[in-house]
Amino acid sequence: MLLSEMKEGEKGVIIRVAGNGALRRRILEMGITKGTTIYVEKYAPLKDPVELIVKGFHISLRVEEAAQITVDKSQQ
Amino acid sequence: MSGKKIITIALAGNPNSGKTTIFNNITGTRQKVGNWPGVTVEKKEGLIQKFGYDLKIVDLPGTYSLTPFSIEEIVARDFVLEESPDVVIDIIDSSNLERSLYLATQFREIDSKVLFALNMADVARSHGTKIDAEKLSTLLDVPVVFTVGNKNEGIDNLLQEAIKLAESAPDEKEKRNVKYSREIEKAILTLQELIEEKAGNTIHYNSRWTAIKILENDKIVKERFIGKAGKAGEEILDEVQALRKNLLMHYDEDPEIVMTDDRYGFIAGIIKEVQTTSAKERIDISRNIDLVLTNRFIGFPIFIFFIWAMFQLTFSLGAYPTEWIEGGVAHLSSVLSGSLNETLFKDLLVNGIIAGVGSVIVFLPNILILFFCIALFEDTGYMARAAFLMDKIMHLIGLHGKSFIPMLMGFGCNVPAIMAARTLESEKDRILTILITPFMSCSAKIPVYIVLAGTFFAAKAGNVIFAVYLAGIILSILSGRLFRLTLLKGVDAPFVMELPPYRVPMIKSLLIHMWDRSKMFLKKMGGIILIGSVIVWTLSAFPRNIEYSADYSARMDRINESFNIKIAAAGEEAKEILRKERIAAIGIIQNEMNSERSEKTYMGRIGKFISPFFEPLGIDWRGSVALLTGFFAKEIVVSTLGVLYSVEEPDDGEALKKALLSSGMTPLSALSMMVFVLLYLPCLATIAVIRKETGSFKWTAFSIIYSTSVAWIAAFCVFQGGKLLGY
Repeated sequence: MLLSEMKEGEKGVIIRVAGNGALRRRILEMGITKGTTIYVEKYAPLKDPVELIVKGFHISLRVEEAAQITVDKSQQ
Repeated sequence: MSGKKIITIALAGNPNSGKTTIFNNITGTRQKVGNWPGVTVEKKEGLIQKFGYDLKIVDLPGTYSLTPFSIEEIVARDFVLEESPDVVIDIIDSSNLERSLYLATQFREIDSKVLFALNMADVARSHGTKIDAEKLSTLLDVPVVFTVGNKNEGIDNLLQEAIKLAESAPDEKEKRNVKYSREIEKAILTLQELIEEKAGNTIHYNSRWTAIKILENDKIVKERFIGKAGKAGEEILDEVQALRKNLLMHYDEDPEIVMTDDRYGFIAGIIKEVQTTSAKERIDISRNIDLVLTNRFIGFPIFIFFIWAMFQLTFSLGAYPTEWIEGGVAHLSSVLSGSLNETLFKDLLVNGIIAGVGSVIVFLPNILILFFCIALFEDTGYMARAAFLMDKIMHLIGLHGKSFIPMLMGFGCNVPAIMAARTLESEKDRILTILITPFMSCSAKIPVYIVLAGTFFAAKAGNVIFAVYLAGIILSILSGRLFRLTLLKGVDAPFVMELPPYRVPMIKSLLIHMWDRSKMFLKKMGGIILIGSVIVWTLSAFPRNIEYSADYSARMDRINESFNIKIAAAGEEAKEILRKERIAAIGIIQNEMNSERSEKTYMGRIGKFISPFFEPLGIDWRGSVALLTGFFAKEIVVSTLGVLYSVEEPDDGEALKKALLSSGMTPLSALSMMVFVLLYLPCLATIAVIRKETGSFKWTAFSIIYSTSVAWIAAFCVFQGGKLLGY
């Protein structure tokens, strides 16, 4: 499923990061790479952006950016 | 004094790694803050003497990587490539070792002498993370030092190691670097050989690094490579196209994506060997704080409270020292007025320089307080949360969440507001924010609204002023969208933003932060304002000999005489009243004279000359002159109107009201003028700041022309539209 569809408190493993050049590269460089476990900490009060925990630090992405990331929830 | 050469040490690291704290600890107050050439990224350096060496410490912008996607990264990379610092100290946040190593491996690839500072290991340890520094050092063949920046621990050791490394002979042996996937390594090797063979003596960068970057399709490196290697370079780049195509076929991914994965893979291997994380679920204070501060229900109310508090502190608390400074300036000018002879020089000094510079220096308390608050937001980590909360709303205008603060501050004063745009990382966002912030109606415009709305809209004045404010907000949103679609096109900067753990700010670092920015304001503003004040003064003080239409001094003499006679004849009590009447009567003539004088000075002539420009807006020549002087500072519009309408006491609202009502101005033309004041070119101080912060005359000129055009069109629509509707 897409990361943007996940609810608060859910966890999953990243399968794929899509999207255009700069944004995708930036996401990957921050450590959101294939095989990484990602935890949805919370959505902002206006439902966008979303706060995630990856590799032990907190990062926020806009929902449209999170929609570029495919996650497998069953694998943990 | 050693007399040896200066050792240059660059401090690199992720944002929030504690880099600035370490820089402050090393250099203390011996800092020089400027901009990196050609860009608006802050450059900090400090020269110190330690252990018998002269050390030049350069604080590189905080970055996560060295790709050429942001100015900060380009600046950091170029410094290491072109200025070849003797040592690069990479400051690593120990709680974030994995991500920090991503940047670190890239510095290794450039082949500069790198030293790791494992910072805040105490925090990491309390979270259950232990790092085996010795192992890390052997694995990567890099000296590693533990530091605790906020407690000033390990700094001396760090500098000693840096000196040792700088003085060591260049290391020839193969270092352990990232090993990429097989096909990529093959391509790198092919390319490396090609470069060494065909262009080996033209490039001074490490050839493996050059090969990697070209393979990653790095625009800047490619351009420079062609620039230096010429024809051979172009041939090689053709070869690269073929290599990239093959790799794309092989991996079904762009090579740079595979390489990013490979780097993290390499890092994961190191992490496994050097880092142990105990299984206990850590208690994270930061997460608990965020349960409250970014809470779905109370997150916004708390945010609004903080902003309100910042506003109150900046403008209400700031009002006291502002008053003292105003008092001081007034005192200085009255002392000088009294002690100097009536000369042109005195006029220039008192009415030009002191009045002009004085009108700007009064912003200093506001700026100091505002920057203290912003530094507090930034250093505690709250700024990122504010952006997190506001991003949805700001994104609608095509802006980043952080643009909110400067735009809001615009309601107070545009000078600190535009300076606050510095917190935005993307240059496009920064310029966009700077361009639309002046539409936020600043507090200096309030007196103008009060006089005009109060005079012509009486009971409805409040609503009218509110509507004017609203118009400013709407126009800023529309302009923002327009610029995003045209001039500052391109995708919004991705929002990918770290939410760093909350930290207790260090007072020293807050003060340094605040003072750095304020100092810049004083220095640069001082120069531009000084020149501007002299120009405005010259225009309104010349020509000196004005031919008046009436003999004012004779009239004053006559009044004096007739009063003298009356006073002599009157009783004690009546005398006092008569004296007051005399002062009032002379005041009226004095004002008439001043009014004619200002009409005939160059400023007045320019006002008359440009009044056709304002005619379609329902603004007469007096309004034109007032608006012109408003360029100096918006408050002046009211006092100029006072002078031009020959009001006895230019600052007295009631008298000016009467004069305005009898001047032929209508509610409609008053509204038109208010709209124009709301939108037209920013005041001199703001323009100076725009110039400083955009670093470009072009954007400054654009801002002036754009805002004035919008102002004219909007006022035109109000006035002509209103006339059509029969008002």
